[in-house]
Amino acid sequence: MTRIRPARTLGAGLAAAALLATTVACAPGEEGGSGTETQSEDVTTDISKVGDVTLTVWDQEVRGGQAEQIAALNKAFQEKYPNVTIDRTKRSFTDLQRTLRNAITSDDAPDVVQANNGRTDMGAFVKNGLLQSLDGYAETYGWTERFPESVRSLATYSDDGATFGEGSLYGLAQVGELVGVFYNKSMLADLGLEVPKTTADFEAALAAAKDAGELPIQFGNLDGWPGIHDYGFVQNQFVPRDDIRNLGFGREGASWTTDENTQAADTFSKWVDAGYFTPEFNAVGYDPAWQDFAQGNGLFLVAGTWLQADLEDAMGEDVGFFLPPVGETGELAVTGGTGLPFSITEASDDADVAAAYIDFITSDEAMQMIQDAGNLPVVGGSPDQAEGLAAEVLDAWTTAGEDDALVPYLDYATPDFYDLITAQVQELGAGQVSTEEFLGTLEDEYSSFVSGE
Amino acid sequence: MTSHASSAAADASIPPRTDRRQAGASGEPPAAPRRPGRRTGGAPGEPGLIAYAYVAPALVVFALFLLAPLVYAVQLSFYEWDGLGLGTWVGLDNYVAVFTDPELRAPFGHALVLVVFFSLLPVTFGMLLAALMTRTRVRGAGFFRTVLFLPQVVALTVVAVVWRQIYAPTGPLNDALRLVGLDGFARGWLGDRDWVLVAIGLVGTWVGTGLCTVLFLAGLSKVGRELYESSRLDGAGFWAELRFISLPSLRGELAVALTLTMVAALRTFDLVYVMTGGGPGNASRVPSYEVYDRAIQEGDVGTGITVALVLTVVILAATWLVNRIADDREAA
Repeated sequence: MTRIRPARTLGAGLAAAALLATTVACAPGEEGGSGTETQSEDVTTDISKVGDVTLTVWDQEVRGGQAEQIAALNKAFQEKYPNVTIDRTKRSFTDLQRTLRNAITSDDAPDVVQANNGRTDMGAFVKNGLLQSLDGYAETYGWTERFPESVRSLATYSDDGATFGEGSLYGLAQVGELVGVFYNKSMLADLGLEVPKTTADFEAALAAAKDAGELPIQFGNLDGWPGIHDYGFVQNQFVPRDDIRNLGFGREGASWTTDENTQAADTFSKWVDAGYFTPEFNAVGYDPAWQDFAQGNGLFLVAGTWLQADLEDAMGEDVGFFLPPVGETGELAVTGGTGLPFSITEASDDADVAAAYIDFITSDEAMQMIQDAGNLPVVGGSPDQAEGLAAEVLDAWTTAGEDDALVPYLDYATPDFYDLITAQVQELGAGQVSTEEFLGTLEDEYSSFVSGE
Repeated sequence: MTSHASSAAADASIPPRTDRRQAGASGEPPAAPRRPGRRTGGAPGEPGLIAYAYVAPALVVFALFLLAPLVYAVQLSFYEWDGLGLGTWVGLDNYVAVFTDPELRAPFGHALVLVVFFSLLPVTFGMLLAALMTRTRVRGAGFFRTVLFLPQVVALTVVAVVWRQIYAPTGPLNDALRLVGLDGFARGWLGDRDWVLVAIGLVGTWVGTGLCTVLFLAGLSKVGRELYESSRLDGAGFWAELRFISLPSLRGELAVALTLTMVAALRTFDLVYVMTGGGPGNASRVPSYEVYDRAIQEGDVGTGITVALVLTVVILAATWLVNRIADDREAA
């Protein structure tokens, strides 16, 4: 081993330090600007006259029905406007999320991107002026009438990105999603039970299933994020939905340490102790869990409507879907929202074309195609054309929309909340933390974020 | 080498080959005749300008792809930056956080646990297996060697997916435990915060043992058979052989095995990412996962980079230490 001479090491060190000193003079990144806001009177809706345009689109519609549906829509759009070429980049959700930060800050950023609604993604992009406000387009194209408030608020931010759910519209989504309860119809019938409407009914069903030697709730939480859904489902039944909204959007005016939240956490622990969830659920993966449910193990599965097609394939007529039972609050609340919204980047030179594209892929005809492809259209679904599980899911979605029951995912709250709540639900479920510690930890993060530090 | 190249190139009268060899072997600069005008300044043996020209392409590549990113990383570690907007200078705050914030310190502790399973255990097992295989002529040794080495060839993500199934509450491992009446030991291995690191670690042991065994077998094949035979005539048992013949002749291989496995342990990412995602709770978060989570998931680039730099220093220190010990023992 050669020993490096001190003098040379010192020299190299000094050189590196000098290099460093010259670079640290400028901070990384660029000054965040405020996003462009196109006024409705400036919008060109007839884009057939704008000349040849290549529209770069980054989306994550890569699975079965969704992939077909977006390909068909892109083709139809290009047929309608031969002067527009769509240059599509498709990535899986996680791949898109990881590469979008780099892409959106580069000089040749894509025109249209699918950005995750939460603060870490869309919120941060808005804050740094990387997305265009769609308010002008919404007025021109009548998006405000087409999309209900509860859906639009999930892609709405104040211009500084600090307030979620209020301000300008930054994206439109194609599909809706709800975290409700899939259930095994024949098992429920064998137990002599009806679909539970209240928390009391639901708990009775859990007890009956347990007594009959069946698994009451199929739950696999090895991946951590399913905990957001199952815990949220319990919270839906105990906490007033406006409180859940404030907590989920990271707004002032709520607290994790209220009596209702304590009741929710206690109930979750109680159900764990009673053996209502899959044994050792922290060691069971998400996919094995729902696959096990599809094979007939488990009365209930708390999951998102994105499993609709897969479960129907596997279980046929045997699977049903219902909204969370209503607890003492007397209000229906259900975690859900939209698929990833399509947004226009600040760097796009062809915002009018991009807006026309977004309008096209969220039109009534597009929604019909989405439904035909086995997905839940965010608006304008036609229940008369749906049957079986699809009809039940669509009904639930309509009910939730009309009743204003939709509450956001809990991890939207703050940029750190995903890590925090996934870890905390695992710990609560394993009995490693008490209800007080669990809620206290969440409250600390929430209140320090809301108060601005 | 550069000095020879330069003098050879600059001087038409190349010294005879033997001279160069001697010079190379003794490490002394070649006694190149000094001709005023041909070489300007500098002590004999100091590389001339032309030497720098030779290494320039390599230097440029090195600077562009290694040095520049490193310098940029160091720069980022002094900022709080979300990867999008303008960074805020925070001085040494990120470093202070890595050393004081329990959430950032814990992953390094977890990495140390993994070092035991990824490095120390495979080296020990590899040594025992290699010694056994050398002592007794096994039929089909080549086959066993291949089987042992196999885990090394499979991508770690695949390994992780398979072991995730093996460790499942209703998976083969627990089934096997119940079958032999060890019901008390059956558990959801990856969902148990006391066992999760052990469970991940044992996968590392499984992967690493093959590499170490093959390395040591190669090393032992250099040792003359007569040495073993004569020691056996003198009545040396398995342990004596291991202690007095095998171990001393394997110093180099030992250093290599320790370095490779230790670096693998410290920078573990794939296994944790696929098997547990850092859970349950934060029980299996390791530095590399922390880097990924902070810098890419959470948009906290500054902290993520700082963890990465600290991890780099830890790995460098560990490698240096291993080589230092191996050197000293060789010298002794």
